[in-house]
Amino acid sequence: MTQTLTSESAAPLPPMGTGGFLRWAWRQLTSMRIALILLFLLAIASIPGSVLPQNGTDPIRVNDWIANNPTWGPLLERLGFFDVYAAPWFAAVYLLLFISLIGCVLPRTMTHVRALRSVPPAAPRRLDRLAGFRSMTDARQPEQVLQSVADGLRARRWRVASGDGWVAAEKGYLRETGNLVFHVALVALLISVAYGALFGWRGNVIVRQGTGFSDTLTQYDAWGGGRLVNPDNLPPFAFTLDEFRVEFERDSSQRGSPRLFEAEVTVYPIPGAEPQAETIRVNEPLVVDGAKVFLVGHGYAPVLVVRDALGRIVNDQGVVFLPQDGNFTSTGVVKAPDARPALGIQGLFLPTAAVDEIRGPYSTFPAPDDPAVFMSAWTGDLGLDSGVPQSIYRLDTANMTQLGLESLRPGDVWVFPEGTGSIEFAGIERWASFQIAHDPGKEPALISSMLALVGLMLSLFVRRRRVWVRVAKDAQGDTVVQVAGLMRSDDADLEPDVTELVDILAEGKPVSR
Amino acid sequence: MSATTLAQWSNMAVYSAMFVLIMALMAFAAGFASRGRRVGLSAATPQAVPVGVGAGGPDSTFDDPSAAGDHAVNAQPEPGRRASNVGMSLTWLATGLLLMGVVLRGVWAERVPWGNMYEFSLTMSLGILVVFLVVSLRRDVRWLGLPVVGITLLSLGLAVTVLYTEAAQLVPALKSWWLVIHVSAAVICAGAFTVSTLITVLYLWRDRAERRDAVRGMVAKLPDAARLDTLAYRIIAFAFPLWTFAVISGAIWAENAWGRYWGWDPKETWAFITWVVYAGYLHARATAGWRGRRAAYISILGFVSLMVNYFGVNLFVNSLHSYSGM
Repeated sequence: MTQTLTSESAAPLPPMGTGGFLRWAWRQLTSMRIALILLFLLAIASIPGSVLPQNGTDPIRVNDWIANNPTWGPLLERLGFFDVYAAPWFAAVYLLLFISLIGCVLPRTMTHVRALRSVPPAAPRRLDRLAGFRSMTDARQPEQVLQSVADGLRARRWRVASGDGWVAAEKGYLRETGNLVFHVALVALLISVAYGALFGWRGNVIVRQGTGFSDTLTQYDAWGGGRLVNPDNLPPFAFTLDEFRVEFERDSSQRGSPRLFEAEVTVYPIPGAEPQAETIRVNEPLVVDGAKVFLVGHGYAPVLVVRDALGRIVNDQGVVFLPQDGNFTSTGVVKAPDARPALGIQGLFLPTAAVDEIRGPYSTFPAPDDPAVFMSAWTGDLGLDSGVPQSIYRLDTANMTQLGLESLRPGDVWVFPEGTGSIEFAGIERWASFQIAHDPGKEPALISSMLALVGLMLSLFVRRRRVWVRVAKDAQGDTVVQVAGLMRSDDADLEPDVTELVDILAEGKPVSR
Repeated sequence: MSATTLAQWSNMAVYSAMFVLIMALMAFAAGFASRGRRVGLSAATPQAVPVGVGAGGPDSTFDDPSAAGDHAVNAQPEPGRRASNVGMSLTWLATGLLLMGVVLRGVWAERVPWGNMYEFSLTMSLGILVVFLVVSLRRDVRWLGLPVVGITLLSLGLAVTVLYTEAAQLVPALKSWWLVIHVSAAVICAGAFTVSTLITVLYLWRDRAERRDAVRGMVAKLPDAARLDTLAYRIIAFAFPLWTFAVISGAIWAENAWGRYWGWDPKETWAFITWVVYAGYLHARATAGWRGRRAAYISILGFVSLMVNYFGVNLFVNSLHSYSGM
């Protein structure tokens, strides 16, 4: 994809025979025209992933989208449009692009290595038609002039060749070096990303304040790893969430925006190790044992003490409620299959409660200024024995009967009708959600992208240019010096180089004509 | 000074800048519309330079506007020149006022002024003006004044009417040094890409006139198409590595804040698309059959994707980067 103007030609028809066809296909693939088309395909192929919800970031919205579009949803799903960046057609585009890139960079590297070893070609016979041409006389003999020019150019780090009555010099090889480094670094970047995807893993976990987490697969709410990761071999650290602090904007137009959240944790880097107190904030992850622990979310866990008909306590823990909007209107579920009779409670937690005729109960501010829980209690078959996996945040009420609806403030107790039990809103805890990630590809990716950046800057800012000097005696016996140059990179100005050359000549005090 | 006073001063500075820009716009328009030969630039660059040691050939008119300008004023006063000069001075003044507005906004909010879309737009407008003025120090770009001031006014107008947000503290996700590094790089790029796009549009206009042999009237005031093309290229060649850096620094920040350096968030995706399209532009310029007009169209596409990223993703798409404050 880095071929120059000369390599571009009209595509001939493919020749007969397999070998001929392959050669033809390879030439086509590595041509700049195809590289350009592939670049555009890559840009266009990226667009759907920014418009449609993606499984990688928001699987719930993907399901909603498919449900709301019964015609297009399943079709687009089959074509991978909800996993664009993992779809085979997306991979096809970038892999072809990278093959094209390699097919272009390899031969170009050979050419460049040869150019680095060779001397600049001889000066053209006539310089007067070339860019930056100047002519002047010099008091010295031609040999002296040539010698001093060649020395001066070498001292200024030009690559110099000389011959009978001429000096040729070239500079700016770093331009092509940078160009090649840039493209090779892009390949390295792709390999780094792939390496990270194969050997990296990430998981999410919700931890209630006062409880802990240890890094084993079973403790995660969700976990995903590369194909070459052994999930039984995660780094054996653990931590407890001691305190979670959060503050919200109370004034101004951005009322309710978060202003601070941070988690105070105690970390055990390896089992039995000395515990360390740490604070995890957004932008300040905890690094432990090759993994990084990020604070990604938080919410409320109302403490709901549930008693069954016999008066036994079947739950006395904080129950994780998931926030549904920016003001932390949260939903959660208590399932008590062991209660007699079995109980299920759906709840809506409002940190600052308000009730609206249209919207029903909702929260007006994310801090617990006036908390309330709106609940719907059920009894019957919770469906836990059916073998179908259930979300802990959803109650399947298909085989249950409703006991009633109630709203509770902290300290309130609701006794269910017909003596089936009771529930007490005993208090409020907080929880924080963490993402724990290990990506061994990120350092190589960073190094590759930095190299790419350096290469790119060299390839754009270094000017590749040649200058020539011809010296001869004219009819009067004066030494005539002619200089000219050639800019080998696009859109650059040769003037400074010719000026430099003239300065070198001036060091030998030539007489200007 | 109390916070409210600071806020008023900031808004006052922005409104003053807009007022001055409107006057600059009128001055540039007057300079552009006046009849006569085009301003400033000499058309032809002689192939061979007359004998002489040191710099100062005719080509330096292109690089040294001050000397060339003075010379031209003395030699042949051209219609519209004075008006354009007034426009340039007013643009400097407006840039100073806008800089004051942005700085005061930051002082008022006690943070870098890049917390919401109003502030991004203010800074981006400043970026456009600064890129234009920096270029104007090196060459005569008075012909570019009208579109640059026009688009800056458009951007500022949107900022003060549609996007205005009271200053507030940053959400925790934005509290990072990477905000300064990442956003400043992105904002300068946006300014540079805007200026290069304006030049590209002028290039297409001028190029069409040259092809039809109809270089008359206002189009005659522009430099020749080859020069417009080169200038647009140089600005993009400056902005493209910076954009690359903005994307890389964004990735480093994302790794630190969200646990992954690349997640195909819509903002990231469109930054990537913009990068790919401008990469396509740079390649197209080196490909026969693609240089010139086709490459110009590609760079305009790159700018379109930049705008989709700014307005589309900030306002209409559910993104981790939804910091518009609206």
